[in-house]
Amino acid sequence: MVRVYDLAHCRAGDKGNTSNISVVAYGEAAWRVLCEQLTPERVMDAFGHIAKGPVRRYELPNLRALNFVIENALGGGVTRSLRQDMHGKSLSSLMLTIELPGHNEESGQAGGSPTEDQASSRD
Amino acid sequence: MPSPESSCPSIRIGVGAGTADDRIYPAVQLAQHGELDYLVFECLAERTVARENLARTKDPERGYTPRMLERIEAVLPACLDNDVRIVTNMGAANPRAGARAIRQLARDMGAGDLSCATVTGDDVSDLVRTMPALQLLETGAPLESILPRMASANAYLGADVVAKALATGARIVITGRVSDPSLFLAPALHEFGWSYDDWSRLAAGLVAGHLLECSAQVNGGCFADPGKKEVRDLATLGYPFGDIGADGSVTIGKLDINGGRVDVATCSEQLLYEIHDPASYITPDCVVDITGVRLEQVAQDRVAVRGPKGRPRTPTYKVTVGYFDGYIGEGQVSFGGPNAVARARLGAEIVEARLTERGFTYPELQVDLIGYSSVHGEHPSRPEPYEVRLRIAARTDDRRAAEAVGFETRALHMHGPAGAGGGSDPIVREILAVQSVLLPRELVSPEVGLEGEA
Repeated sequence: MVRVYDLAHCRAGDKGNTSNISVVAYGEAAWRVLCEQLTPERVMDAFGHIAKGPVRRYELPNLRALNFVIENALGGGVTRSLRQDMHGKSLSSLMLTIELPGHNEESGQAGGSPTEDQASSRD
Repeated sequence: MPSPESSCPSIRIGVGAGTADDRIYPAVQLAQHGELDYLVFECLAERTVARENLARTKDPERGYTPRMLERIEAVLPACLDNDVRIVTNMGAANPRAGARAIRQLARDMGAGDLSCATVTGDDVSDLVRTMPALQLLETGAPLESILPRMASANAYLGADVVAKALATGARIVITGRVSDPSLFLAPALHEFGWSYDDWSRLAAGLVAGHLLECSAQVNGGCFADPGKKEVRDLATLGYPFGDIGADGSVTIGKLDINGGRVDVATCSEQLLYEIHDPASYITPDCVVDITGVRLEQVAQDRVAVRGPKGRPRTPTYKVTVGYFDGYIGEGQVSFGGPNAVARARLGAEIVEARLTERGFTYPELQVDLIGYSSVHGEHPSRPEPYEVRLRIAARTDDRRAAEAVGFETRALHMHGPAGAGGGSDPIVREILAVQSVLLPRELVSPEVGLEGEA
């Protein structure tokens, strides 16, 4: 297993009740693992206890970066949220805790267009 | 005055602030040492205009951002010495009064008669009051549902009207609500005369603005993780600048006298900051596509940004509607040592029972254990900490119910589980919430004014 923390760095931003979290790979090998394994489903699993979703994933191969857009994630949005971290700035660090299988046999294809994969909370 | 365009293939825009509460001194360093042409202050959070609208209601000469004069006073001598023009949205709900206040400040400082151009027309509150059927983007409900509680409605204007204000020759351009990156595109539009179908150049100016608008977040702020991602001399972090060429080239940089770092890693994080679909970043000037952007380290702390694309702007302006949405009441108290988490949970149960007993109900009440579950939520995988701080927060339309939350939490000192210490004074905040509507462009009339002789 490998943590996202060991493969990438992250930053979180807010718009209304939606959080977006970038995942920027440290190199080509890390990028291939992230493309293949850091799926919207895995992100939804890690955020399911605080976000309803859905989660969308976009790929930016030039930057070796993924951009995750997590809806219904900020307790109603910065202006009315009851949370301590109303902007969800610290959620970048929650992304870093996700564990992935790690080894990468099929070398995930870094496509040129954003994927529109969606995952929704199961509850 | 700006140099003639023919001898000015590139301009340098420095950041003066990236939020209403941003630090002041880094802007002075840039004005003094940055060899800038422009200094841009972006100081309006979503709710700021709504709050300042209330200030203007009480006093017609108020309604600009509270620290505006402090910021201008700090940078004005260097900006005048070095011929740096200032662009800012610190006019908030009252750019004309802001311009008058800045001119008075300049006279008081012995800087003489300072010309200020104003950009207004973003305030569309009277207009939207007549359009109750407009749909709120966040909830899908009609605007009518929040109209009785509306505090403000402001359209995000684009760079075109700000460039027009710069064309007056005024030293300072002060606006209300303008899209953040557009504040940075405007000087390039003005200097280079880019047209509104020159998509790749417009997009380049907007991407530069996007990278710069959150100040130090592109040059080492919001980045350091000791032992993992190091940032040199973070304590002396400054503000970044951007060099924008007439050909649409963009380079982001920082001063050598400041700590921090500008590299592909810091710029990548900031490029995606608050972006949803990277192929469709909607601004009032064009729709930007950053999927083809390439970042290249061209020198120490200099990153070139290449390849943004643009498409025609949408036929609407986005309008932020501020409205009153009740109160949030909050209280905190700490527990430490054996079984601290269980005692904090018991404390929360007691507070909730007492609030119910007093007849208060809350649409939403949240219990946080700070040090355990307050920023990433509760998760069974996490070990219990030695100490926690119980925080209870609740939303309500009833101010008394909001006050009771902090009152009952603090009372755990003597009426709760063992060892409750350090209770906070009760906190009550009035909620100024925001939602958005879209307004056809032709209904909005941005205007340029001029105070003093340019």
